[in-house]
Amino acid sequence: MKLFSELISTIEITNKTNAKIDAFVQYFKTAPDKDKLWVIALFTGKRPSRPVKTTLMKEWCMELTDIPEWLFLESYSTVGDLGETLALLLPKPTHRLDLSLNEWMTELKALKPKSDENKKVFVLEAWTGLDQQERLIFNKLIGGSFRIGVSKKTLVNALAKLTNIDANQLMHSIIGNWEVDSISFEALILGKHINYDNSKPYPFCLAYALEKELPELGKPNDWIVEQKWDGIRGQIVKRNNEIYIWSRGEELVTKQFPELVEAFGNFKDDFVIDGEILAMKNNDVLLFNDLQKRLNRKNVTKKLLEEVPVGFKAYDILEFNGDDNREQPFENRRKQLETLFNSVALPEYVKLSFIVDFKKWVDLHDIRNNSRAINSEGLMLKQKKSPYHIGRKKGDWWKWKVDPLTIDAVMIYAQKGSGRRSSKYTDYTFAVKKDDALVTVAKAYSGLTDKEITEISQWVNKNAIERFGPVRTVKPELVFEIAFEGIALSNRHKSGVALRFPRIARWRKDKPVDEIDTIESVKQLITAS
Amino acid sequence: MSRENQLVKFTKKGIYCPQGRFYLDPWYPVEYAIISHGHADHARWGMKRYLCTDDSKAILQHRLGNDINIESISYYNSKTINSVKVSFHPAGHVIGSAQIRLEYKGYVVVFSGDYKTQPDFITQPFESVKCHTFITESTFGLPIYNWKTEETLKTELQSWVKTNQANNRTSVFLGYSLGKAQRLMSLLDGCDEIFVHRAIHNLNNAISGSGIQLPDTKLWSADLDKKMLQNKIIIAPPALLGSRMLKRVPNVATAVCSGWMQIRGNRRWQAVDAGFVVSDHADWDGLISAVKATGAEQVYVTHGSQAVFSKYLNEIGIKADELVTEYGDEALAKAEKETENIDTE
Repeated sequence: MKLFSELISTIEITNKTNAKIDAFVQYFKTAPDKDKLWVIALFTGKRPSRPVKTTLMKEWCMELTDIPEWLFLESYSTVGDLGETLALLLPKPTHRLDLSLNEWMTELKALKPKSDENKKVFVLEAWTGLDQQERLIFNKLIGGSFRIGVSKKTLVNALAKLTNIDANQLMHSIIGNWEVDSISFEALILGKHINYDNSKPYPFCLAYALEKELPELGKPNDWIVEQKWDGIRGQIVKRNNEIYIWSRGEELVTKQFPELVEAFGNFKDDFVIDGEILAMKNNDVLLFNDLQKRLNRKNVTKKLLEEVPVGFKAYDILEFNGDDNREQPFENRRKQLETLFNSVALPEYVKLSFIVDFKKWVDLHDIRNNSRAINSEGLMLKQKKSPYHIGRKKGDWWKWKVDPLTIDAVMIYAQKGSGRRSSKYTDYTFAVKKDDALVTVAKAYSGLTDKEITEISQWVNKNAIERFGPVRTVKPELVFEIAFEGIALSNRHKSGVALRFPRIARWRKDKPVDEIDTIESVKQLITAS
Repeated sequence: MSRENQLVKFTKKGIYCPQGRFYLDPWYPVEYAIISHGHADHARWGMKRYLCTDDSKAILQHRLGNDINIESISYYNSKTINSVKVSFHPAGHVIGSAQIRLEYKGYVVVFSGDYKTQPDFITQPFESVKCHTFITESTFGLPIYNWKTEETLKTELQSWVKTNQANNRTSVFLGYSLGKAQRLMSLLDGCDEIFVHRAIHNLNNAISGSGIQLPDTKLWSADLDKKMLQNKIIIAPPALLGSRMLKRVPNVATAVCSGWMQIRGNRRWQAVDAGFVVSDHADWDGLISAVKATGAEQVYVTHGSQAVFSKYLNEIGIKADELVTEYGDEALAKAEKETENIDTE
């Protein structure tokens, strides 16, 4: 496992994607065939199910080290990762085990049906025969993810660099159906098990944020305006009775959205359609937060399908029955898309993106301002004559988002993050005034620079009043401007309001605590939005 | 009231000995300060009189000014101040670092300052001192902190330099000027030419001037020809991370050297090329063995994991209490920056 251990050490320390890619390339040049396949499997979610429960691993570690549970938990909360905590706490190895990644994975697969007693013997033998870094990896192989910032895309880019094969084809190959035991590395990357011609996507056309006044765009009649939807962009590729769904990050996400595969199966024609995948219920678009529950799931359960159904709003058609349409003017493509959608009966969650009706530029201001009410992010302006560009190009497509809502709130709790953020207080809870007291309104994790997080962490260390496990109650002194996309009344929240997509807009070092918002002023935003 | 409460009192200005009328590593200006070691969170400005070890004297003068009123004695020798017998004992933390032993009418208190129980190649090794009351630090007071031996570290660091050289990269090690820098010099000695930042260079001169032998190094100045540095070793204070001075060195591989590097999250947070676990504090086993070896009936736990470590000591039958001080890593980082006025341009 030495090579794999070195690979992990190299990629976990760097935050440069190119350095990660180079480390993978180096690994793929030298590692044994089966090990390479396991690396691809591990980083694409093809992990065998967990053979040993974490609670048992924790128990065995406490037994082996004679550490009381509270001390174990203190250690865990400092490290922020169970597999790593175990690796650090365990005593020095007594012997030396040297198995390849494939041998470990094979052993772990065989372990699953065994008794807890047998599992314990195996795990303890491994723990006492591996050094600290290898132990960590062993623990990770048993369960959790590596959390080292390696996306499928990074892995695919490494394979592309190694083999000169088209990255999207490689993506299809590694996502496709294959098992470590029944394929060679070469056959896998050459894509012998797939038919890439059926899945090949196009690069997405992307828009810039509007940076001029509307009248500068010319005549309103030259433009088509749609709502901008806040889901994930997706391309539906249907060729030869096969359907593939690509995300904008060039990942194949077909299996995550069975209801879309079913709906697009109604069509007779072949096509490539660009649109937005959204969480939808009873014809209404839900929040992006809801959609997130559906993303990056290994298994989409029936329960989840019922809880968060998804839908699709079609924007554009790039290919129709084998013809590449991208150079056609957008208005023609749109007509073709409309004809196609009118040709079959579709479930109501798959729709054309509707076109905003307007005569004069000024009409758009109200429409944009009302976007939030239908969970839209604002407007998209598309020049009627525009081709479907490759990537981001200025001039033909503009996005015109609504301004975020903001409030000033004070930090009252702080908690350490996980992974790279485990050493710092990165997760905060904010409150506004309610009479003479404070009431929680939002939790936010993003929006600050590393430098600010470091500064806040040091402040938290000095100003924590109380600790509940990993949570620190801090003196209510630091004021932040919190931005969010929407606000609604809520019975589930103590404050009576729920904020949509809250994040930290900036740290208001200039603002004293007594000038933060009150719950009444926050509620007034509901009518405003 | 127990006897130790009469010998040391915990005040706003620092740890005070009323019989001797002096303070131990005070954080506010006082008449008479006894200093455990030269780090800026322990040796501060503005004391009317200082007492330290012979090996710390030049360091304190270099950092606090040649005009300070300072006196020094060697390890183990004692000086009686207002009938309190004061002596210094090696703490293994940085050059000149000491535990401070106080004895009055047969009652003994030891203040550890900062200490490291594992020996290294450059610091006088830690020796435990029997006492009734022990005041211990707890910077790394969690069982996840276990250090490697000095020989293992030496191999790790030097093989990293060799790998960098094979890839045409210059190895940069970041660590505090006092302690970590000299320790790194000793670990890398003989590997290749070592260049040090001016803050370290000046401190090294002060240390060598008092008769302590250090490995050979050269000054890394901003006007040095870049080619001279290629594939060599540079040691610099942490403040240099991301600085213009460091950016001017071509093909650098940067390593942060600190006990905090034990945790992956910390290594990754810094966004450097490597993180080496090189600490000048005691690890978990070190803290426990040190406390046990004193045979103390009362332990006070200062800066670091004081809540956890004192709780654990009580559970294993050693009476321990937390003590709030203004020592510690963050205080040190801040104070070091101010003291050194480090040139990063």
